[in-house]
Amino acid sequence: MKRSVVLWLVAGFIGYCVLPWYILEDGLWGFEWLFDGYPFDTDYAPALFLIFQGEKLWLSPILLFLLLPLIGDVFTRGLTERSAISTRRANVLIVAGIAGLAWVAFQGYGIGLRGWNFEALTTLFGPLEDRQFGMGAGALLIVGAFLFFLTTGIAGRGAVNGDVFVVGAIGLIIAMVAVFIFFPIVQMLASAFTDEDGGFSVGTFVAKFSENKIWGLGCVTGDTRCGVAWNSLFLAVLVGFFTTLLGLIFALVATRSGFRYGRVLRGLTVLPIITPPFVIGLAIILLFGLSGAVTQFVAELFGLQPTRWIYGLPGIFIAQVLSFTPIAFLVLIGVVEGVSPSMEEAAQTLRASKWQTFRTVSLPLMRPGLANAFLLGFIESMADFGNPLVLGGNYDVLSTEIFFAIVGAQNDQGQAAVLAIALLVFTLTAFYAQRRWLGKKNYTTQTGKGDGGMHVLLPKRVMLPCYVIAGIWTTFTLTVYGMILYGGFVELWGLDHTLTLKHYTTAFAVGYNDFGIHFKGSAWDSFWTTLKIAGIAAPLTAILGLITAWLLVRQNFTGKAAFEFGTMLSFAIPGTVIGVAYILAFNVPPIELTGTGAILVISFIFRNMPVGVRAGIASMSQLDKSLDEASLTLGASTWHTFTRIVLPLMRPAILAALVFSFVRAMTAISAVIFLVSAEYNMATSYIIGRVENNDYGIAIAYSSMLIVVMLTMVAITQLLVGRADTRRRSKAI
Amino acid sequence: MSLSKSVETDNALSAVHGKAASVKFDQVSKVYGTDVRAVDAVSLDVAAGELVTLLGPSGCGKTTTLRMIAGLEMATTGKILIGGRDVTKLPATDRDVSMVFQSYALFPHMSVMENVSYGLRISKLKKAEVIERAEQGLALVGLAGYGKRLPSELSGGQQQRVAVARALVLEPQVLLFDEPLSNLDAKLRRQVRDDIRDIQTKLGLTVVYVTHDQEEALAVSDRIIVMNNSVIAQVGTPRELYDSPTDAFVADFIGEANLLDATVLDVRNGMASVVLGSSVGGVEQVSGSQISITSAARTDAVGPARIAIRPGRIRLSPVNSENTLTGVIDKSTYVGSHMEYRVVTSIGTVFVVADAESAYRLGEEVGVGFMDKGPVLLPVK
Repeated sequence: MKRSVVLWLVAGFIGYCVLPWYILEDGLWGFEWLFDGYPFDTDYAPALFLIFQGEKLWLSPILLFLLLPLIGDVFTRGLTERSAISTRRANVLIVAGIAGLAWVAFQGYGIGLRGWNFEALTTLFGPLEDRQFGMGAGALLIVGAFLFFLTTGIAGRGAVNGDVFVVGAIGLIIAMVAVFIFFPIVQMLASAFTDEDGGFSVGTFVAKFSENKIWGLGCVTGDTRCGVAWNSLFLAVLVGFFTTLLGLIFALVATRSGFRYGRVLRGLTVLPIITPPFVIGLAIILLFGLSGAVTQFVAELFGLQPTRWIYGLPGIFIAQVLSFTPIAFLVLIGVVEGVSPSMEEAAQTLRASKWQTFRTVSLPLMRPGLANAFLLGFIESMADFGNPLVLGGNYDVLSTEIFFAIVGAQNDQGQAAVLAIALLVFTLTAFYAQRRWLGKKNYTTQTGKGDGGMHVLLPKRVMLPCYVIAGIWTTFTLTVYGMILYGGFVELWGLDHTLTLKHYTTAFAVGYNDFGIHFKGSAWDSFWTTLKIAGIAAPLTAILGLITAWLLVRQNFTGKAAFEFGTMLSFAIPGTVIGVAYILAFNVPPIELTGTGAILVISFIFRNMPVGVRAGIASMSQLDKSLDEASLTLGASTWHTFTRIVLPLMRPAILAALVFSFVRAMTAISAVIFLVSAEYNMATSYIIGRVENNDYGIAIAYSSMLIVVMLTMVAITQLLVGRADTRRRSKAI
Repeated sequence: MSLSKSVETDNALSAVHGKAASVKFDQVSKVYGTDVRAVDAVSLDVAAGELVTLLGPSGCGKTTTLRMIAGLEMATTGKILIGGRDVTKLPATDRDVSMVFQSYALFPHMSVMENVSYGLRISKLKKAEVIERAEQGLALVGLAGYGKRLPSELSGGQQQRVAVARALVLEPQVLLFDEPLSNLDAKLRRQVRDDIRDIQTKLGLTVVYVTHDQEEALAVSDRIIVMNNSVIAQVGTPRELYDSPTDAFVADFIGEANLLDATVLDVRNGMASVVLGSSVGGVEQVSGSQISITSAARTDAVGPARIAIRPGRIRLSPVNSENTLTGVIDKSTYVGSHMEYRVVTSIGTVFVVADAESAYRLGEEVGVGFMDKGPVLLPVK
């Protein structure tokens, strides 16, 4: 028997005989269960002890499936031909894996808090007088064992050259994506198709989906309001267009104008990463709100009555363009630099003027990149939750409407699901367009081969407007961030501008008492929770992302395209949708996670994984493939090669992915706001809570604090990664 | 190599024992996707202790063939045997084959010593033995004492030798080279080429070597397998390939060749009497001037044929000499070691290499004659 099978067999038995089968109220790591009737108390008992006590007898077949590989091993011992043995054992493993997973899923999904979960099962087996809670640590280990039985079996039959590690990694990622992305989305779809009596009904869905509130065109024909879907779409197109335009201008200034402070501009691109999404919205209120600085100034100057004009489309638009322009810049800087200088030089030697070269060669070559930036801006705007929440006014968009459908007075999960589907349709369409249509049209040179020559500077008539616009926008951005920092030190914005530390002391006071340091401030709880959750999620995200990237870049297997699409999909699923889907899917057994820290960690992992995957792919593509192959031909296994060659060489990428997922976890709000609980409150949702109470001072002080913390982290990483980079380069010379 | 180094090398040699094995391909094909045949039903044999080169233009399937020996690519159909054992389904990790990569693929985060001992450490040998064998390997390639350096601190040629040492210390059944010289400058190539050949002969290694450079292949190989369009074009010793290519592709690829139309008049005792120039109706010649030669016949067939003549085996002489064609110098190029002429004759334009002292002028009439064993009959397509 293979070592890995033995290992998972042992793990499976620990899961079955030692660890509690069901999820524990106080968490596994409390260890209170150990001293509270374990292993006989039915709440804490492992599956084996439950069965011995005549409880939950439906768990008994699992033991059989767990023993199957051992039985198969004994029965094939008599065979002489080696290949026959390994094929049969592989088949047994596959059967055990599939049967085990199917049975665990069936019993978990079929039997819930009120006995049978489905009418059909009641009629089939008669009423059940028992019930069960969500699955716990024991079940998790068993599922892991079955999963790896299955993948080891598949490898044993010769898939991917019989590589157990690769097939296992693929299986693990498919299983995770299936459970934590597809399952919740499907669950959400299902609830959109459920009528009031809990039955399946297409009519309900159609009725809800085609409602005037979503698709109404009142604003075009009459004076009523338009549907939220149109609002979102209009906003997203507008934001996509303007972020792309501004991004292009910045990219041109940074790379094609001989501008000496290009590096500073690049530095600005970290801003959206370290800024919680609603903070820009807050700053806009400080500037243009009813008591905003600009509003007051203009009102006094012209003797006008201050209005609330900023709330609604103008406010969201400005905030989103501010937030997402750096993202477009980041994309377009690569595109602008990617246009091969030799093509521009060729055009010039063919007697094209600078302007003609730009118009007929450079710009057309950038076109796919521009479309890409537009789609990114579109998706980000669609998914944005923080800014519309703060600035929305009467301009309803899908992402916030979903939230209000759940937390508002209506608490209509079906409605939330329907809205989420509408939102998902938009973002997925954009995502699909981006991948299928743009994926094939890439003119930029990415070979990494030396392409001599210098980029042609911009013609004057393009350069001047670019400078002006970039200058204005940079000033605006800096003002906005200045507002955020300054706003935290002001007594009451708009009314009393005396400087004060009051907000900081309220939120972050530290005192001493008999037990040592005492974190008195009201924000500390959520601050530590945020650090803890982000700290757990970040390494998991990074490692999962890197393994996925490695599989995509270095391994060949059937269904790779679908695998890639599946892992990148969560990028296009807005956080609000994930939030709704998670509470619909994980509120009841078999997977009961709402209210735990785990659900936050999981949501961060799957929301941020695509970024880790992308970073991994980018850096892995730089690594010579023959390094892996050299290791293989020297007799190292794939696992060995991955840990000893690939991972060490990817250190900078790993560090970057770590910091990025950590920071994203700290700034996320859209999914988080659905998933936080009293025990696990996150910084962002705490801030939103302050904003809702019109407690702007603390909200802004806390936001500044977050930005400073994250900026420090990013700077330190930059320093570390930068140094690692130069060390490599000096080696290469 | 200096004297002291070569003594050191010989000591190391005695410590490394080869366990060379044969390689056999039986109707091996590699298909990418559904219909891209990178290698098409190739059968080949490499004897133990032999250095065989896979030679061909890029895209001919030679690298794929090499990677199938290594186990980095899996054959779609057919059987691969190494040392008589069927390894068709065995992944690279489990094959006793080492490879020297075109890019050397030295692990940049490990020192030279760590690189060379990597495979030994993986095989869970005792630490002392690992170090001893790695040091012998380094000594073998003349890099003893370089163990602590990083690959990036070595020159290209030294990196190359580290890559060879890393592959050697595992004492593989077969050692593979994938265009090992392509990243070296021209002068170094010759030396490294000789070093590789030296080590191979002294240790009696089985080596399969891929290159697209015919000169390199001729210099280094026991036998050459010429590949073209995913199949084997010809197998033979360097001399066989050069002197008697079996088709126009091989003739043109190994050294340059003039390909001319000809007519076989008759075949006697395996020798064919040939008249140059394409025939129009029987034996009648197109041109006024004609030239007869004899060449090893491929078949008994009489009639139109193709003939290949190396540029260096054409002799220029004063016009109207015996058994020559009359030609006109169309272009002359001085390349240092010799002269290159393009000569227009009645049977077509020929490319001629003559010694540097010759000084024919443009437009001058010359006699074009052929050396014995120069012209090679090719099969007509």
